[in-house]
Amino acid sequence: MDINLLMLIYIFVLAIFVGFELITKVPPTLHTPLMSGSNAISGITIVGALLSAGMQQFTISTILGLVAVIFAMINVVGGFLVTDRMLKMFKKK
Amino acid sequence: MNIVIDISYLISSIFFIFGIKELSSPKTARRGNLYAAIGMLIAIVVTLLDKHVLTYEWIIVGIIIGSGIGTIMALKVKMTGMPQMVGMLNGFGGGASTLVALSEYYKINPNIPINTGVAIVLSLLIGGVTFTGSMIAFAKLQGWITGKVIKYPGQHIINLFLLLFVLAAGTYVVIYPSLVNVTVAITAVSLVLGVLLVLPIGGADMPVAISLLNSYSGLAGSTTGFVLGNSELIIAGALVGASGIILTNIMCKGMNRSLMNVLLGGWSTAGSTGGNTSTTSVKGDVKSVDSEEAAMIFDSASSVIIVPGYGMAVAQAQHAVRDLMNALEKKGIRVRFAIHPVAGRMPGHMNVLLAEANVPYDRLYALEDINDDFNNTDIALIIGANDVVNPAARHDQNSPIYGMPILNVDYAKTVIINKRSLNVGYAGIDNELFFGTNSLMYFGDAKDAITKLTNEIKNL
Repeated sequence: MDINLLMLIYIFVLAIFVGFELITKVPPTLHTPLMSGSNAISGITIVGALLSAGMQQFTISTILGLVAVIFAMINVVGGFLVTDRMLKMFKKK
Repeated sequence: MNIVIDISYLISSIFFIFGIKELSSPKTARRGNLYAAIGMLIAIVVTLLDKHVLTYEWIIVGIIIGSGIGTIMALKVKMTGMPQMVGMLNGFGGGASTLVALSEYYKINPNIPINTGVAIVLSLLIGGVTFTGSMIAFAKLQGWITGKVIKYPGQHIINLFLLLFVLAAGTYVVIYPSLVNVTVAITAVSLVLGVLLVLPIGGADMPVAISLLNSYSGLAGSTTGFVLGNSELIIAGALVGASGIILTNIMCKGMNRSLMNVLLGGWSTAGSTGGNTSTTSVKGDVKSVDSEEAAMIFDSASSVIIVPGYGMAVAQAQHAVRDLMNALEKKGIRVRFAIHPVAGRMPGHMNVLLAEANVPYDRLYALEDINDDFNNTDIALIIGANDVVNPAARHDQNSPIYGMPILNVDYAKTVIINKRSLNVGYAGIDNELFFGTNSLMYFGDAKDAITKLTNEIKNL
């Protein structure tokens, strides 16, 4: 197994542990914003989408990349905005 | 330049981690969301500087269209429509992963290393299932497709067959990457699988389905990270994947069911074996009150716990409930809310609705924090909840919901249940709570009934 892949697997496994540690501390009252916010974070595929859509030649890859950019941006912008809208409402007396 | 890009991705990942960390308290949560958004902005800007990005016109078109749609959706959606919104956003995340994997496949085909091939197949599978599965979840929550459990003969066998097909075809295409048709078939079958997996799931099981799809959308991001060899995608995807798994687990525990049981189309199976016997076992008289009588009971109380359920969301009664809380507090009555983990259609659904209506979040209590307090509470007021307050879950071993954690509302001195009728809840069983000696039914649409009750209380 090449060392590069092994490093990526390390990162994946350790990040899952970090995720578990962080998310168990989120109170139930914030579970919906957690979902929509984490959802926006999963829009990080925008990185891959940009690389695909920005290629020199216009090929089927570019078209797929363009649609991916649209999807990922809906996810990112919609996710962060709607989460902010919700979190704005959470007030203490 | 490469090192700058890599370090920037690391910084962006750190912003994500701090963003989620700040979600541990409602006080800091909004700032946390901003951190995460900054992390995303860094990632996008840095990627645009990457030497592989050579043309910008399609990127600009995509960003404008996507941001526009996302902004409109986020600003237009009503708080009651939040489960659908989250479902749909999940879907776009999964869809983007599938598209990126497919795009990468076409780009590097036929020189695809085995590692990358495996990651592409997994991205197509997980991303595809997430995309169509989430769209079906959206359609169900929106009421476009029935929220009932859908069953047809051989459904599990068909799903298993489709999954095996994807795995077999996936292995084949990893070995012979140039087979474009096989790759397209894998994508198509994954999309069909997403539809078939979510279609059978009933409305009240949606919290589980949505949480699981949330997890998938993260995992799809991670697999795409493996396709591209990008650590940040892997990290961000893993964080989201972990989040979804934790929420899925909490939801399943809240119903005392295994994930398999929920996914395989659930409760009605249990209901058909044990449910019939327990439905006939519930007997007794139902006492009902009108708004005037109910108001008098409230007037003499000193503590009230309100238990909201999906019925409150359907009736959009959260503002009326807030008015009731204010009226009661004006009379010096202590008001708290008890929130069952699976109340509503997604994790935290009730909390968001009540927050929208300006109910302070420190009045909202989770099941384990308030369940012992019903004993010394004068009134438990149930608004549109049913199965989560059915005492049968504690003692009736024949009941399909036996063992499910419930709110012990029947321990309160008086239980007032606002419901439109005596109809059964999602589990399809009668609720013996309605026949309890300390129970009073207060019939009516939640919004109207609670508004009337509030007016009566004010007039006393």
